[in-house]
Amino acid sequence: MIVSSTLLAIWVFIKTVLIVSFAWIVAKILLIVLPLLFMVAYLTFLERKVIGYMQSRIGPNRIGPFGLLQPIADVIKLLTKEIIIPTPSNRYLFIIAPMISIGTAFAAWAVIPFSKTWVLANINAGVLYILAISSLGVYGVMIAGWASNSKYALFGALRAAAQSISYEIAMGFALVGVMMAAGSLNLQTIVNAQNGNIFHWYWLPLFPLFLVYWFSGVAETNRAPFDVAEGESELVAGFHVEYSGTGFALFFLAEYANMILISALMSVMFLGGWLSPFQGIPYLEGFFAWVPGIIWLLAKLSFFLFCYLWFRATFPRYRYDQIMRLGWKIFIPVTLVWIAVIAFAIQFKIAPWFSG
Amino acid sequence: MEKLPELRNYTFNFGPQHPAAHGVLRLILEVDGETVMRVDPHIGLLHRATEKLAESKPYNHSIGYMDRFDYVSMMCNEHAYILAIEKLVNVQAPIRAQYIRVMFDEITRILNHLLWLGSHALDIGAMTVFLYCFREREELLDCYEAVSGSRMHATYFRPGGVYRDLPEKMPKYKPSRWHNEKDIAEWNANREGSLLDFISSFTERFPKLINEYETLLTDNRIWKQRTVDIGIISAERAVAMGLTGPMLRGSGVEWDLRKKQPYEIYNQLDFDIPVGVNGDCYDRYLVRVEEMRQSNSIIKQCVEWLQKNSGPVMIENHKIAPPPRVEMKKSMEALIHHFKLMTEGYCLPEGEAYAAIEHPKGEFGIYLVSDGANKPYRVKVRAAGFPHLAALDELIRGHMIADVVAVLSSLDIVLGEIDR
Repeated sequence: MIVSSTLLAIWVFIKTVLIVSFAWIVAKILLIVLPLLFMVAYLTFLERKVIGYMQSRIGPNRIGPFGLLQPIADVIKLLTKEIIIPTPSNRYLFIIAPMISIGTAFAAWAVIPFSKTWVLANINAGVLYILAISSLGVYGVMIAGWASNSKYALFGALRAAAQSISYEIAMGFALVGVMMAAGSLNLQTIVNAQNGNIFHWYWLPLFPLFLVYWFSGVAETNRAPFDVAEGESELVAGFHVEYSGTGFALFFLAEYANMILISALMSVMFLGGWLSPFQGIPYLEGFFAWVPGIIWLLAKLSFFLFCYLWFRATFPRYRYDQIMRLGWKIFIPVTLVWIAVIAFAIQFKIAPWFSG
Repeated sequence: MEKLPELRNYTFNFGPQHPAAHGVLRLILEVDGETVMRVDPHIGLLHRATEKLAESKPYNHSIGYMDRFDYVSMMCNEHAYILAIEKLVNVQAPIRAQYIRVMFDEITRILNHLLWLGSHALDIGAMTVFLYCFREREELLDCYEAVSGSRMHATYFRPGGVYRDLPEKMPKYKPSRWHNEKDIAEWNANREGSLLDFISSFTERFPKLINEYETLLTDNRIWKQRTVDIGIISAERAVAMGLTGPMLRGSGVEWDLRKKQPYEIYNQLDFDIPVGVNGDCYDRYLVRVEEMRQSNSIIKQCVEWLQKNSGPVMIENHKIAPPPRVEMKKSMEALIHHFKLMTEGYCLPEGEAYAAIEHPKGEFGIYLVSDGANKPYRVKVRAAGFPHLAALDELIRGHMIADVVAVLSSLDIVLGEIDR
């Protein structure tokens, strides 16, 4: 009798702990996902505004003050539209594809450190996790293209698959460089390894990798000038040509979440994440000490997001084979050479960057 | 015996609802992977039987139809038609009318090339150039509106001259909820004077704006990768296939009707004919951009002449051209002429005439056959774009899908003119 009541008490205790910790994790996830959704919504707004001003027009300005409610209106429009599933399509895959896209786009955020202590999962294999999840993202695109049973969508999917695989290699090698420099796969450790001042951030010692990772990131997210997978003027909308309503909205959401993700990774791995840019500068460092790390992260992230929009307004689109050439013949050799250089620098402990 | 697996090329349908099909063109592409093996253009989706319609109407009623052939270079189409009529009746427009016509021909050429440049760039993925081009197009369309009341389908050129003299004032922007008085005053700054002042201020600004487009494109590595050595056609083939205009000049053949068979007052103007070397998309792009600069200088010369000289813009022969309205109120003779012209039209002598002009897209010709009635017996349009589209297969074969779009837009086709 006593034994059983003790067991019951233990069970209740374990159950409570489980429920509380689970609720805590869910709360943390929501704390990441909800602001992310908000950012995605206003990134689309910003994109239209920024490109609008670059093209000497105004952009959305009718809904709400300065058009600020435009993204809300877009969301309502997309969610209330009819979801058309083409008859010759594979129904199940057709519906699953956008879910895979959005799922992977959000899952990768689990390991991003927002400040010294804010991170959902501080795992040691953070970089590997990111690589794995972002590679999974291409399945959404491929399945969508295949399941649509449309020739344009199939072309888009094929291009997207080839492009993602090629650029993943360059991205992987660039990450190897970062990993070697920091001596860890943990993103928090990578940020801490860049501590010092702005010249300790990896953009300078790993400059070629910085560029390669950035351009590969643009290619990986299928954005201009590498947007052949959905190339408006060639493949109409590429892999998501048959999607409407919510399905389309999910792809759209995934694309923008991925843009923000790549920008966040760029900031974390090459621009010192949540580190203050005024570190090591006598007076300014103290003056800006009160600013929380996440603000610096957001500032760096916004810079890359702006570049995304800037590229889109400026460059013509690459042709499919030219993208492949750029990936295989330029980016991959560059990263390989620079990895050798880093290995050399680490072996001979070249100060100040690789002395540790 | 077991049947061997059959390997087939992938066939797919490009258009007629495709963002890069330039209207309602339908292409059947036969592709092997990404490489295009065959292109089969299907035309006729915009066929409106204009040539046949013209046979049932008095001559002047068809001028408006001409605008709708190549609906991005409207007045040039009219020009060829009225030149054919003038050739048949053997009249010539007053000199001022000729200058106005040439000025508007060149404005039209810039309009057309701007639209071409914008859509070509958009097809290759450079979105911004498109909007820059449309910004300038807007001002030129305002010139159309000022002179004819219509932004596109002007019906401004008439046999024996032009409909009316250039207006003394320009339409202005009005303030709205989105644009305050200050912005509007800035926008209206160059609209205070006459149309000629407005055009003159445009010609001052325009070369700098062309530089703006060129900064974005000409030396851009991606742009060059997408256009250099794409869709090459040799000079011999270009001549053999009947290509004209920038398509021919891009291959290095110096052929321009404005120089070789001058009409109106082109022989009194000073301008150059740009030619390319390789006959690829990039050369055609360079030729068209340079043509815009040349057109700008022609407009400048015309504006100068028009500001200095005044005179009639319509011939006095009221068997062809209607008398002024004021005169009609007083003179019985004029009223009769007016009534006859507006109801029956005029009869052309029996015979045939072919008039061709250097249209922005190439040689645009009208072959007119008259049996002496007040309606044409036959109107045949030689559309510049038709032979260009016919050359598409030869230009694209062996290139990739993305190049189809680049080559197609470098042809500068408009389906209104091809399908007629």
